[in-house]
This record gives sequence, structure tokens and C-alpha cells, in this order.
Amino acid sequence: MRLTQGCFSFLPDLTDDQIRTQVQYCIDKGWAVNIEFTDDPHPRNTYWEMWDLPMFDISDAAAVMLELDACRKAYGDRHYIRISGFDSSHGWESVRISFLVGRPKEEPGFRVARQEVDGRNIRYTVESYATMKPEGQRYEA
Amino acid sequence: MEASDSMMSVSSGNVTETVDLRRELEETRIEEVLDQLDRELVGLAPVKARIRQIAALLLVDRVRRRMGLAAETPTLHMSFTGNPGTGKTTVAQRMADILFKLGYVRKGHLVSVTRDDLVGQYIGHTAPKTKEILKKAMGGVLFIDEAYYLYRQENERDYGQEAIEILLQVMENQREDLVVILAGYADRMDQFFRSNPGFRSRIAHHIDFPDYTDGELMHIAATMLEAQNYRFSPAGAEAFAAYIGLRRQQPHFSNARSIRNALDRIRLRHANRLFATKEPVSLDSLMTIEKEDVLASRVFQGGLLIKEA
Repeated sequence: MRLTQGCFSFLPDLTDDQIRTQVQYCIDKGWAVNIEFTDDPHPRNTYWEMWDLPMFDISDAAAVMLELDACRKAYGDRHYIRISGFDSSHGWESVRISFLVGRPKEEPGFRVARQEVDGRNIRYTVESYATMKPEGQRYEA
Repeated sequence: MEASDSMMSVSSGNVTETVDLRRELEETRIEEVLDQLDRELVGLAPVKARIRQIAALLLVDRVRRRMGLAAETPTLHMSFTGNPGTGKTTVAQRMADILFKLGYVRKGHLVSVTRDDLVGQYIGHTAPKTKEILKKAMGGVLFIDEAYYLYRQENERDYGQEAIEILLQVMENQREDLVVILAGYADRMDQFFRSNPGFRSRIAHHIDFPDYTDGELMHIAATMLEAQNYRFSPAGAEAFAAYIGLRRQQPHFSNARSIRNALDRIRLRHANRLFATKEPVSLDSLMTIEKEDVLASRVFQGGLLIKEA
């Protein structure tokens, strides 16, 4: 199951050129660009690991691509990687853009778990098959 | 040469299109920057000639690429060597502008660093530091002043080596993303390149900055004064010409920088002299630097040796 998340989730995966263009847009807007990765694909997982530091004093997307390549070398094909742009200006102070730039080769998808409670009531939850395994081993081939 | 080559191979490929290089030149507005360079920088003829050559190469490359001829991104890393105060930093700044106008770098900013900005103080500190600077310089020009300090021969465990390795790697792999300019005094740079052959081979342009002649220094002094709304009286100019001749023979002479410092001290004496007069001062005397302002310098009394001792 192909996971989609954030901006451009309705599009096919961005090519490197497209990523570069988006990153340049963020930089030109004065947003700090961050690279994050995780191997827990749950949509409610907000705790992604950060790759390096937020990049707020760069002027060209090549710098981000350099770090993205390094991140892919370390975690590519085994983790999800996303890029986000944080707007620190007064009134915003929040993430303005976030999109996936890397995903594991195999994505096993989610399982629906039903829990019977209080008579005939059922609570639903989803759980990624990947997270059955411990962290760091979830997408090993 | 390049231009006629490119036209020949195009016409042999059954394309009768020709390119007006003049018009191309006007479009990039590069001529403005080069003229400005000529106007504002005194002397430095070999440097200017080299910059014109590089500009021509880039322009022709641009045209070639547009006409579909294979054009590999040329290596533009440079080394500027020359004595102190010969204008290396100033030219580096212009270089960033020129490369930007030619579309060779995307942003055209100059990041000027020295060893301290690149090399860390403990193990594992250097790589992130160097990378941080490189990332900041992406899309522009990275200017490393006194680059030979990166390499300390006497200490083989010096972290400078690590910075050099990262630099070399980026210089090679991301040629289209940034241009690195190394600068420093000629003899020490030579030694630096000898101990780091990787650098020498990755740098295409070695530009040597000659010392200024006395006439050029006088011209520089006049330009500097003019920018601050001062001028020499005829006798003052004569005295300053004599000053340049004497100052050159004394230790720690650093070309235009010495001139700037001398002018600062002369302005100090000029202000003091006006302050000491009882009569009201005219606009003219506020602007004019007289002979006695210059002659009071210690350079005329045997020079810096005495002053610094």
C-alpha cells in the first residue's frame, strides 16, 4: 500500500528536480527547511527523527539536496523521508509545507483492529504491519 | 577561437544559424560589470585580462549549450595569489557578480571564510562545520582567505586535513553548485598546493595579483579621498607621492591597505590642524589635505621601525 501524506499526496512521487524546485520555493520564502525520517508510518506519528539541523541560513536548494542525498544513503529504502518548511515569522510560527521525498521499497500497509467494548460497541484502530517489528528492523529486506 | 569553432561545427551539422556574440554579450549585461571592474579597480591588468577570458569562455559555452553542442560545465574554482592589499577580496566579490550575470552560479552571493570557520576544535567538530559553510555557499562563491592555514604541515593530526577532504569532494562533485576561490600570499600558497596536489589539479584558474606601482597607488589614494569628499592640494599630492615611495621601502607594506591606513591618519592630522586654528574654517579647507598633514607622518622620519620599536 503506497503511503501518502502531506502536500502533493495526490501526485506521484516527486522527482529530484521537482523536489529541488519546491525546496527553492521554501528558501525564497524564508522558511527553514528540515529533513526528517521515520520507520513508523502511522498517520498520527508526529515524532519523526530529524536529519541534521534545520537549514535556515542557506540560499540555494543544492544544499538541501546534498543533505537529502546523505540521508537517503543512510536511511533510503528503509525509512520514510520527508521535507518540511517551517515559517518562523510572527503569526505563523508553524510548518507551512511538508511532503514525502522517500519511502521504503516494500510498504506492507495497515491492519484494521476491532475491539469489542461495552456490549455490542466496536472500536476501530489501524496499525501498520511494519510496526510489528522493533524500530530499525521494520523495512529490512 | 572558441567562437569560430562553435560556428563551424554548427554549420557542418546543416544548421545555418549563426549567433551574434555581441548581442549575446549585451543581453547578459556582463559588459557593465567588466567595465565597472576596469573603472573602479586601478591597475591589475593581468587579473582583468584573465577575468575577461573567463567571461568570454562562459558566454561562448552558454551559446554552445543553447545550440545543442555538448558543453561540460567548466571548472571555475580559482586561486588568487598576491601580496597583502592587492585587491584579492574585492575581485572575489566582483567575480561572484560576474558569474551570477553569466548564469554560472544561481545566487551570486559571496561567503568569505578563514580557517576558523571551517576547522573545528575537537574530533567530529570539523565535518559539520565545514559542511555548514559549504551549504551556506551553495549557489554562490565560497572565498577562503589565507587558505594555507587549512593545512598544518607540522601536525599530521590537525583537523584541517579533514576540512580539506570535504572541500575537495564537494569541489569535484558539485561543480555546478558552487565556485571555490582560495586566496593567499603567493609563496605560502605554492607550498600549500605542493603539499595538497588534489587542490592544484581541481583549480583551473591560478590568478596572480601583481603589486601596485607608485602611480597606481597615487590613483587609488585620490579615488579613496574623493569617495570621502576630500582632496589633495597640489603640494599635498606631491608630498603624498613622496610618502608612497618611502613607505614602500619600509616593513609591513601592504599596498592599497597601507594607503588606506595612511589616509585615515592623515585625516586625523587634518582635523587636528583645523581644530588648532583660531579663525573660522572654510568649506575648502575642510576638504583640502595640505602638505603638512602628510609630512607629519613618521614615515618621513625613518619610518615604522622606530614607531613599532
